[in-house]
Amino acid sequence: MNGSSVLRKHSLKNVLSIFESRFFSSTSEATFETKPFKLHKLENGPSTTVTLSSEDAIKYYKQMQTIRRIETAAGNLYKEKIVRGFCHLYSGQEACAVGMKAMFRDTDSIITAYRAHGWTYLMGVDPFSVLSELTGRKSGNARGKGGSMHMYAKNFYGGNGIVGAQVPLGAGIALAAKYLGTGGVCFTLYGDGAANQGQVFEAYNMSKLWDIPCVYVCENNGYGMGTSSERASASVAYYTRGDYIPGIWVDGMDILAVREAARFAIDYCSSGKGPLVMETATYRYSGHSMSDPGTSYRTRDEIQEVRQTRDPITSFKEKIIGANLVNIDELKQIDKEIKAQIDDAVKRAKADTEIPLSELSGDIYAKPLETKVRGVSPFESLEHIRIGQAVNLN
Amino acid sequence: MHTAINKYSLVCNATINICGCFKRRSSHFVYHPERISNELGKTSKKNMYQAINSAMDLVLSKDPNSVVFGEDVGFGGVFRCTSGLLERYGKDRVFNTPLCEQGIVGFGIGLAVAGTTAIAEIQFADYMFPALDQLVNEAAKYRYRSGNLFDCGKLTVRTPCSAVGHGALYHSQSPESFYTHAPGLKIVMPRGAQTAKGLLLSCVRDPNPCIFFEPKIMYRLAVDDVPDDDYELPLGKADVLIEGKDITLIGWGTQVHVLLEVAEIANKDFGISCEVIDLVTILPWDKQTVTKSVKKTGRAIVSHEAPLTGGFGAEISASIQEDCFLHLESPIRRVTGYDTPFPHVFEKFYLPNKWKCLQAIKELINY
Ligand SMILES: Cc1ncc(C[n+]2csc(CCOP(=O)(O)OP(=O)(O)O)c2C)c(N)n1
Ligand SMILES: [Mg+2]
Repeated sequence: MNGSSVLRKHSLKNVLSIFESRFFSSTSEATFETKPFKLHKLENGPSTTVTLSSEDAIKYYKQMQTIRRIETAAGNLYKEKIVRGFCHLYSGQEACAVGMKAMFRDTDSIITAYRAHGWTYLMGVDPFSVLSELTGRKSGNARGKGGSMHMYAKNFYGGNGIVGAQVPLGAGIALAAKYLGTGGVCFTLYGDGAANQGQVFEAYNMSKLWDIPCVYVCENNGYGMGTSSERASASVAYYTRGDYIPGIWVDGMDILAVREAARFAIDYCSSGKGPLVMETATYRYSGHSMSDPGTSYRTRDEIQEVRQTRDPITSFKEKIIGANLVNIDELKQIDKEIKAQIDDAVKRAKADTEIPLSELSGDIYAKPLETKVRGVSPFESLEHIRIGQAVNLN
Repeated sequence: MHTAINKYSLVCNATINICGCFKRRSSHFVYHPERISNELGKTSKKNMYQAINSAMDLVLSKDPNSVVFGEDVGFGGVFRCTSGLLERYGKDRVFNTPLCEQGIVGFGIGLAVAGTTAIAEIQFADYMFPALDQLVNEAAKYRYRSGNLFDCGKLTVRTPCSAVGHGALYHSQSPESFYTHAPGLKIVMPRGAQTAKGLLLSCVRDPNPCIFFEPKIMYRLAVDDVPDDDYELPLGKADVLIEGKDITLIGWGTQVHVLLEVAEIANKDFGISCEVIDLVTILPWDKQTVTKSVKKTGRAIVSHEAPLTGGFGAEISASIQEDCFLHLESPIRRVTGYDTPFPHVFEKFYLPNKWKCLQAIKELINY
């Protein structure tokens, strides 16, 4: 496994040297040491030495910063009462998503819970469309029909509102990949709180029994709503909780560590060894959702301390500047561009219109026998319609 | 005692300021506070979450073998219903559970069957489905299947339900009818603060497992004069809130307030006299009160937020048809949510609001 990553590093290097001149910075590639991984029932783990190209450094920085901006914008829209429904922000956890996504191949897929805005963007949805979903407008990723927790894209089986419910689905998605021989793995994400749902263990068992290429990713941000992980979980070593399923603990605030762990997980699962559990140790800055100020069950100092010492973006920024992969001016320019892009997306997401009322009764069934949807209205009865094509069946 | 406290008085508009919440764009109804009852001693103004808090406070203080638990209840819960209880009664009796609804309910059944008064909170009714098996197969049937050797009557499951103005798919549903298919359970939904306290105390002390659905929009908005002391309101008994002669309107929870306003408008603008019934207990429901009313009025509308098909309105309509057939002047009408998932942006349109109800009244009167 280490061998293959070394190979990849070399070929990347060659490609990069061609582009080197395009960058202001002087180095095209640098090597870093990650925190050690903790392993459960594994002889060897991911490599702690990671190589990063300046091109990737910029890409990851952009992605993390865009997610942070989207979330800030979402929070503001919520405060302006333009976002309805519930709204859970991912700020602080950006490195988890960006690190995993960095290794995704076309065949790999992901399913997560309700903290889904960042993933939706990473899986190819425009920030405008993410924000429009939040504001319930027609350019929303799900036409405004789902709202914050419900976003989808190709190979992204969604945000899911019911805690833990997505975990067995992930195992099923991975089983389909195995059955169809796509070679893909499914990253199945859930929180430290969700880790205590019974369904998780049912999924573990089935996937090990049938050697399903499923990576169970427990994003441990320390809290499930107001309850800290220690108070909710008899064991907080989430990477060991698959028992008979091997596991890795990874520093989820370090995008490079997550990337290495994801590389390892993909290699492991797609080589037929069955499932893997991966715990990403991370932190959420905001409250659980917008109605939670997030300070009654933890101290402001705690949040400040993480922001100052472990912030995934700041620490990455320091690293790549220190290694001369990028220079400060480039990053400032990127920040400016992202800000402009998100500001513009916000404007458009506010101005966009809602779907027509006829869509209230759209897409309940595929081929309804009775085309009228029942209910009571002083107006016309509702016609059942189909609005779009399902992406998963294409 | 019960008639006094249940008697409804028409003071809706005057009290809007007390609630102070009517500026909310979302609310599709006017809250009708309960009349002050002197029979139960001193009262204080409480909203519904405070009334529920007071009920649990009483249970915990009087019954040393009682516990309250659920996700985040130690911090007061999402809707503050349990605030202060951990501080007063300690973490052995008021505690946070992990996030595992099936476990929470099963655990509650175990506690109850072993003799402890168990009040479990499921954070949202939308999240109770993982516990459906425990409720339907374990709780509901425990007494029956053990030939009355064991029961879990000391279990009460509290859970917030129904529309709140912005809850979208998973924070808005009214799933009461799913549970009505499980004989052995009692299912109760209060219409405000005063009823919530009395009914919750009854549920806790009732020797059957109860599910107590709390319309979440009422938590802050429903302000009543709530007796400070302990009082119980009867389960299985509907409240006739307004007497009338032309048509019977039946609802529960938030919808009761929609129907009360509809009755006022129908009376004022069309001279139609509506009888408004709050079913209060959805299982087992008060067939007698409903039948008596419809035999008198000859017309009936059942209204609920849940979708039409398989909603509890269907059961009530069928029963009315069986029992009042020769008295009916028109078909029975259900005014409900649509047969669609609870929508994100069309909540206002989805809800069986007063205009839809009025329309139905006019159609039935002119049938
Ligand atoms: C079945 C179910 N129960 C409860 C909830 C309410 N709820 C939503 S998120 C959450 C906490 C989950 O915590 P965790 O899994 O750690 O994820 P995080 O929010 O930290 O990302 C709870 C209790 C829900 N959505 N679904
Ligand atoms: Mg968490």
